[in-house]
This record gives sequence, C-alpha cells and structure tokens, in this order.
Amino acid sequence: MTQVLANGLYLGAQYALIALGLTLIFSLMNVLNFAHGQMYVLGGFITYTVYAQLGLPFVIALICSGVTLAIIGALIEKYLFRPVIKRSVRDESTMLLAAAIAFFFDAVILLAFGEKQRGVPKILNGVFVSQPLIMPYDRMLVGVLAIALIAAFMLFMQYSKPGRAMRALAQDRMAAQLMGVNVDRYSMIGFALGAMLAGLVGGLLVAITGVNSGIGGPISIKAFMMVMIGGAGVVGGAIAGGFILGMLESVGLTVLHAYGDITYLAIFAGLMVFLAIRPHGLMGKPWG
Amino acid sequence: MSRSQTSTQLAILAAFLLAIFVVVPWIIAASGRFDLYYTLTSVALLSIASAGVWLTFYIGRINIGQGAYALMGGYVSAILVVQAGLSFWLTLPLAGMFCAAISVLIGLPILRLRGVYFAMVTLVLTEVARLTALALPITNGAKGMVSIPLPGPIGFGGFNLVPNFATLKTPNLAFYYLSMVLMCLCFGAMYRLVHSRIGKLCQSLQQNEELASSIGVNITLLRVIAYAISSFLGGLSGAIFVGIAQSIYPSSFTVTDSVNFMLNCFLGGLGYVFGPIIGTFLLYFGWDLLFQTGPYQLLIFSSLLIIFMLVLPNGLLSLNPFAGKKA
Repeated sequence: MTQVLANGLYLGAQYALIALGLTLIFSLMNVLNFAHGQMYVLGGFITYTVYAQLGLPFVIALICSGVTLAIIGALIEKYLFRPVIKRSVRDESTMLLAAAIAFFFDAVILLAFGEKQRGVPKILNGVFVSQPLIMPYDRMLVGVLAIALIAAFMLFMQYSKPGRAMRALAQDRMAAQLMGVNVDRYSMIGFALGAMLAGLVGGLLVAITGVNSGIGGPISIKAFMMVMIGGAGVVGGAIAGGFILGMLESVGLTVLHAYGDITYLAIFAGLMVFLAIRPHGLMGKPWG
Repeated sequence: MSRSQTSTQLAILAAFLLAIFVVVPWIIAASGRFDLYYTLTSVALLSIASAGVWLTFYIGRINIGQGAYALMGGYVSAILVVQAGLSFWLTLPLAGMFCAAISVLIGLPILRLRGVYFAMVTLVLTEVARLTALALPITNGAKGMVSIPLPGPIGFGGFNLVPNFATLKTPNLAFYYLSMVLMCLCFGAMYRLVHSRIGKLCQSLQQNEELASSIGVNITLLRVIAYAISSFLGGLSGAIFVGIAQSIYPSSFTVTDSVNFMLNCFLGGLGYVFGPIIGTFLLYFGWDLLFQTGPYQLLIFSSLLIIFMLVLPNGLLSLNPFAGKKA
C-alpha cells in the first residue's frame, strides 16, 4: 500500500503542475486551452532534443523547454487570442481558436519530430529499495522537482508583483483595470506562465515515461478532469485535483486490476456523481 | 417578416432542394465521380449530428460530447440488427430513442453545469463512451462489430416503398438520398423548433437562466428536452453511419469527432439554424481537398482555421446577405 500511495503522490505532483497551467490560463482569460496537452508534448520533445540529441545537461534542457513554451504562449496570447476575444460576440468562439491551435501543434510536432516514441537516457541511475517501498532515484528526483516547482509557483503568485496583479485580474478584470493593472500585459504574462508550466512538466516527464506525438489530446482530457475535480480557475483546486486524480489512478490500477481496464470508467462515474452534488468542484467559484 | 423576404427564402429553399436532389446526382452521373456520393452523404449525416450540438449551443451550453451519442447510436443499431435480427429501419428510431433516454439520465445532473464545466464534462463523456465500448462484452471490445448487413426493403405485400439496399447496384446513391432526405427533415424541424414558442424559451435560457426561471420558465425540463433532442440526432446519424460502413469500432467516433461537430457549428455561426450544414460542408470538403498536400494536410488545415477565426470570429453566416435567415 505504501508503494501505491508513493506512486500516487509522484503522479499527482506531475498532474498538479499540468492542471496549474490550464487553470491559470482559464482564470485570467476565460479561455479553455485545448492545446495544453500539445504544449506539454512540445516541451517534452524540446527536452529530448537538447538533452538526448545535443547532449547538454538535463537542467539546461528543462530551461530550454520552459523558455520556448513561454515565448510561444506569449505570442499566441498577443496575436491570436487577444484580437479574437476583442471581436467575437460570444466568448465560446475562443474554443474554436484553441482547438485550431491544438491541431496546429499536433501537425507541427508530427512534422518536426515524427511519430516514434522517444525516450532519453536516465538522469539518475539506481533504485531506492527498502521494506515497503521500491522507487527509482530518477522518479524521486522528478517528483521532488515537481513539488518544488509547485511551491515556487505558489510563492510567486502570492508575493510577487506580477503574481498579485494576476490574482486581481482573475478575481475581477474590470476592477483590476480600474486599479491601474495593465490588463493586456498581465494576461500575456499569465498565458506565457501557463504554457511554460506545461512545457516544464513535459520536460520532466520525458525523463521517465518518454514522449510521443499522439499523447497531447489524452493529456488535455486528464487536465480537464483535474480542473473539474478541484474547480476551474482556482490554484488550490488545481493542485488538489492533480493529487486526487494521481491517487485515484494509482489506487484504481491496483484495486481494479482484476476487472480489466476499467479504472478510468470508474473514475468518470465517480466524477459524475461528485459533480451532481458539487457542480463547481472542490473549491471553484460558482459558475467559474 | 415582410412578404418579399418570405418569397426570397422560399426561392432559396426550392433552389437548394433542386440542387441536392436533381442537379448534384446529374452532375455526378455526368462526370463519373461516384465517390462524391459518399462524401456528400457523410456531410449530410455529420451535419445532422452537428445540428444537435447547435441546439445545445442554443440553450447556452457548449457540447463536445456528441461523439459519445453517435457511437452509442451506432452500437445500438448494430447490436439490434446483428443479435436481435431487427430491420435496419426500425433500429434507426430505436437508436435515437435509446440515446435520448441515456442523455436524460446523464443530462439531469450535468446540465446544472455551465460554460467551461459543461464543455469539459461532455468532452470526457466521449472518452468514456469509447472506454465503455471497449469494456462491455456485448460490443465485442476492440475487435468491433463487422459485416453488418445492408438495410433491407420496406414495403407491403409485393410493393417495395424502399428497395432492398443489398440488391441495389449503387447503394451509395440510395444512402445519398436517404441522408439528404433526413438532413432536410432534420433542419426543417430545427427551423420550426427555433421559431416556435419553445425556441423563444430556449433563447431566454441562453441569455439568462435565472431571469427565465424567475418568470416561470421550467428551465430544468427545457434544457433536458433540448439535450435529449440533440442526443437523438447524434444517435440517428451514428446509426446510419454504421449502416453505410457495415462495421463499428470503439474508435469509430472519438474526441476528434466530438470537437469537429462543435467546430462545424462555430464555423457556420452559432446564431443561424442552417449554420451547421455550411460549417460541415466547408470543414469536410476543405479537409478532403487538402488531402493532396500529403503530410502537410493538418498543418495547412489548422492554419486556415486559425486565420479564419482571426478574420471572422463570429462564423461564416455573420457575413449574412439575407437578413431574414437570421434565427
């Protein structure tokens, strides 16, 4: 059981990071970023290229992933989402744009990196073995890094000036603007930050599970589930949702193993019942 | 609405019907491009499913779960035909009704959600439908169901109202007429629905549910009805697709299809009843035409979509030359 819980914790830390980026973008701009999973895949491939192909240190590869995705995110916000949001009658129109961007990334990733599953050499060798727990060192490192990133993100949002501005924006866009917050600028920073988180997780996970061009869509769906569990647009909710889904997956795979591949079916059925009781998730504002 | 506008609309309708039932088959027969029948049939069926999605948009919900109902309808039809030996024609309404019944059960809790929450739940629903089809024994898992017989005849005594599809030389043409007739019926019904009292009530839901509820609109009933109609259309179109392909797999309708149904509505414009037809036509033909570009197909297609959104964020019919067409 310790093993199952440790796996869940490790998985949950990754998931929480993915959900954080998605929820940040959603809370700032009311945009459901369909391309989030694709950004994750892109981040994974950049790390793969820099670390495995060019042979540079893993940390540098990770930074490359984060910076590239941040730049891409900022450009997408400035030149695509901002003009469309300004001109469309219903805000749902941004979903078409987001879906188109997801397709675009899929195509670019497929053309640039091919359809093969890619893995990188281990970043740390060896396995931690004790009575109840067996855990490879590289998994532990990635888990610790993910938790450190979550902590850094929360501190940034809590205490830095951009963090405060973004929280104000998420609470009330109009009021924030009246208080002198540069709305356009912080929307862009927020989108870049969300994309950067997706890229960083992609880079982290490529060291463990590898990456291939087809997993973007499924990752997005998982991220949506986490955000639904925790409540859309709330930082705490995204983290809770990530850890809960990670735990459920880890426990479900062990307990339901005998009945075949029905873990996700069970999770979804549970989610429906949960949403019937609490439509806006654990911590969400009513109607996001 | 003025009389001249009404007559213009009637003229457009007549021209459209003439085009799809007479001119298009004639052009195809003359040019020998019989593959186009299949393409156009697909467009018609996909636009029926998209019409359902459009109706949920009309009550202010973003529905990315139509693929789930299309898959469900397909499986219901396939199972009834293969295992119960029912006629294909009988399974069509049954598949639709089954999907509508399921959608009432699912809809009661999830229709309380709004905006992005509803969108995300329905998206996950598509994935769940696929997983269920993989897990249930009756659906035959990943192997799918194959060699489903073609639709049989409908008739009394010796007189066949609809011929036996299996004995036809060109079942493609028969399916073309079938789906076009259904598409016209479906959009005619949608037009009536939207311009009826219920349609106005639905519009009130889209604008402000609390306000509508406070002046006595039964919003729970209304949105479940709209969702059930939507799922009925999804199931119907899925069932016919199975009839054409004679096979169904858990991956027959996936998340991509669900997203495409939604894109069809966006592309045509959310405020216009006939938007889904135009959106589906453009999206499907655009994708088909780009096939020649090989590996760059998706790249060009998605770039075009992005540019389209930048130029016309409110859909194609927002260019609307006929003001009267506005729903």
